[in-house]
Amino acid sequence: MEAEVPILSESDVLERCPTGIKGLDEVTEGGLPRGRPTLVAGHAGCGKTLLAMEFLARGAHQYGEPGVFVSFEEDQKDLFKNFQSLGFDLRDLVARKLLAIDWVRVERSEIQETGEYDLEGLFIRIGAAVDRVGAKRIVLDTIESLFAGLTNDGIIRAELRRLLRFLKEKGLTTIVTGEAGGSGRFTKQGIEEYVSDCVIVLDHRVDSQLSTRRLRIAKYRGSAHGTNEYPFLIQSDGIDLIPITAIGVGSRTTTERVTTGIPRLDTMFDGLGVYADNSVLITGTAGTGKTTLVSHAVDAACRAGRKATFFAFEESVPQILRNLRSVGVDLGPWQDRGLLQFHASRPDLCGLEMHLLTIEAEVAKFEPAVVALDPITNFVNVGNAIEVRQMLTRLVDFLKARGVLTLMTSLTHGGAELEATNVAISSLVDTFVVLGWVRSEGERNRCLNIVKSRGMAHSNQTREFRITSAGIQIQDVYTGAGGLTGAARAAQEARERAEAVRLEQDVERRRALVHTRQEAFKARMRSMQAEFEAEQAAMLQQIAQDEASRTSAIEESQALADLRHSDREANGDGD
Amino acid sequence: MTDVDAGTAGDAGDVWQLTLYVAGRTPRSVAALDNLKRICAEHLAGRYRVEVVDLVNQPDRAQGDEVLAIPTLVRRLPPPLRKIIGDLSDTEKVLVGLQLRPGGG
Repeated sequence: MEAEVPILSESDVLERCPTGIKGLDEVTEGGLPRGRPTLVAGHAGCGKTLLAMEFLARGAHQYGEPGVFVSFEEDQKDLFKNFQSLGFDLRDLVARKLLAIDWVRVERSEIQETGEYDLEGLFIRIGAAVDRVGAKRIVLDTIESLFAGLTNDGIIRAELRRLLRFLKEKGLTTIVTGEAGGSGRFTKQGIEEYVSDCVIVLDHRVDSQLSTRRLRIAKYRGSAHGTNEYPFLIQSDGIDLIPITAIGVGSRTTTERVTTGIPRLDTMFDGLGVYADNSVLITGTAGTGKTTLVSHAVDAACRAGRKATFFAFEESVPQILRNLRSVGVDLGPWQDRGLLQFHASRPDLCGLEMHLLTIEAEVAKFEPAVVALDPITNFVNVGNAIEVRQMLTRLVDFLKARGVLTLMTSLTHGGAELEATNVAISSLVDTFVVLGWVRSEGERNRCLNIVKSRGMAHSNQTREFRITSAGIQIQDVYTGAGGLTGAARAAQEARERAEAVRLEQDVERRRALVHTRQEAFKARMRSMQAEFEAEQAAMLQQIAQDEASRTSAIEESQALADLRHSDREANGDGD
Repeated sequence: MTDVDAGTAGDAGDVWQLTLYVAGRTPRSVAALDNLKRICAEHLAGRYRVEVVDLVNQPDRAQGDEVLAIPTLVRRLPPPLRKIIGDLSDTEKVLVGLQLRPGGG
């Protein structure tokens, strides 16, 4: 574009002039180059005039910098009317001398060119308007109209160059709009030749019947500007740019833990539940109970007096409430008490950016502690995987920055595109729970697995769960061999119970045997003892008899000896 | 400066009202005024009035007649409004522009 590329030094880094336009100052690292012209190029209806006027209106409102709008297209009345509907009261700004609008009408059919001329008249008009309000900012919309109104291109180009130099000398931060041109040019008339500091390109595309507006910083001298295309919306309060990379990850964190509404699931999360600002992704095939799982957490939050917002992208609100009631989760009362808000919409009704901004706006307004998005997979229908990921990145960052617990569900059914999305998204989230079916023995049973949960020692178990009339019931941890669920698990457990009973009986039997043996032994002991005692008694009796008889014999012989007067010694112990 | 350079008064209904916008006394504006006087004398003798507006002194006048280019000659009367820009050096084109001669518009 320009012949020489200057070597940048500190002083070459341009001072910024904040636009106040949501997101634009982030992607331009502070705004437009102050005191210099910026080209805003794009096709008709892509938002050039809006961006330019918003730059002036916000400049006047927020930064106290009056502006001049030189319109080559719409007259003052039309501008007033058009911007009234966008929430800018231009009439008021004009009345307060913060804005001057100069409508320059170039009607070729009225003009005859004869000989040499210059555009001093335009310069004088602009100069007068600038002086009238003490302008710091100016917009020329669309300067290319001059080429349509006048025939001498050479003069126009020379004067354009002079005009921009004139504005620069006056220190005005300028936006020059230009009609988009083909074949590698930003504008039809090559205005970019005269505006070398900053070029912003606007685009309005329709993909799959969905219109998306985009903004790109095509050039920004001396700046490491984002080269991405940023989607933007024209909202009721002007342009809202979505700088996906601009939020960053520097959000605050909390150590507060909150319940999932399912005590046994809390147990799986370290026994404490999830972090209060976690983003939780729950993926699973159809019918695995994703919505039910989310509703438990929403219910628990409301029960604790925390507010929740439920974005439903698949089912209508009455349908959700009815279905949840059938599994014992009644969210109706929370809704009635103003703790819970539902927003149901079809993802394909509007573009991703619109959804994103709607969600952000609702969250900013209601300030919930919990946000449920059910399901996010439907967005794949709206954008491609990269766009969906960008949108969700921004959304997750946004919600995290607000300390919101985010619960997202995502449907998986083996489709490669969806899987890719899930893979992409799962790296963004803090907690990733997978629900699935386990098929065995002619039935399917639900099971749950925590794939990851940052910052905690979560369970690694695949747990079976049932959806009962009282909600989700996680089954006991199965400690046996093999991973079994459902009837197979029940059968296995029955078999194990039978085996246990059999073992028990065995033990009993053996115990009885031991007892019997012991009893028998004891009986024998007793009989032997009795026998022994009897024998002993008999023997003792015999001994006693013998002794008695011996005593009597001695006594008899003593008596005889006494009778016979025998010597004691001689017959002392003789028998 | 509102330099009213009246020609010879003619029939009131037939008087051409012309305004020449200039910005300072540049050679080009001097040339334009000279050319205008000559053409008027030749083709509108006695039935024209010329007002010269110097935008340097009256910048607010620029908006009224949608003046961009300097010099600009505006034919207010007779209607419709016509504008001729440039130093008026091409007499033929000036005459066509003022619709004093057939040949386009």
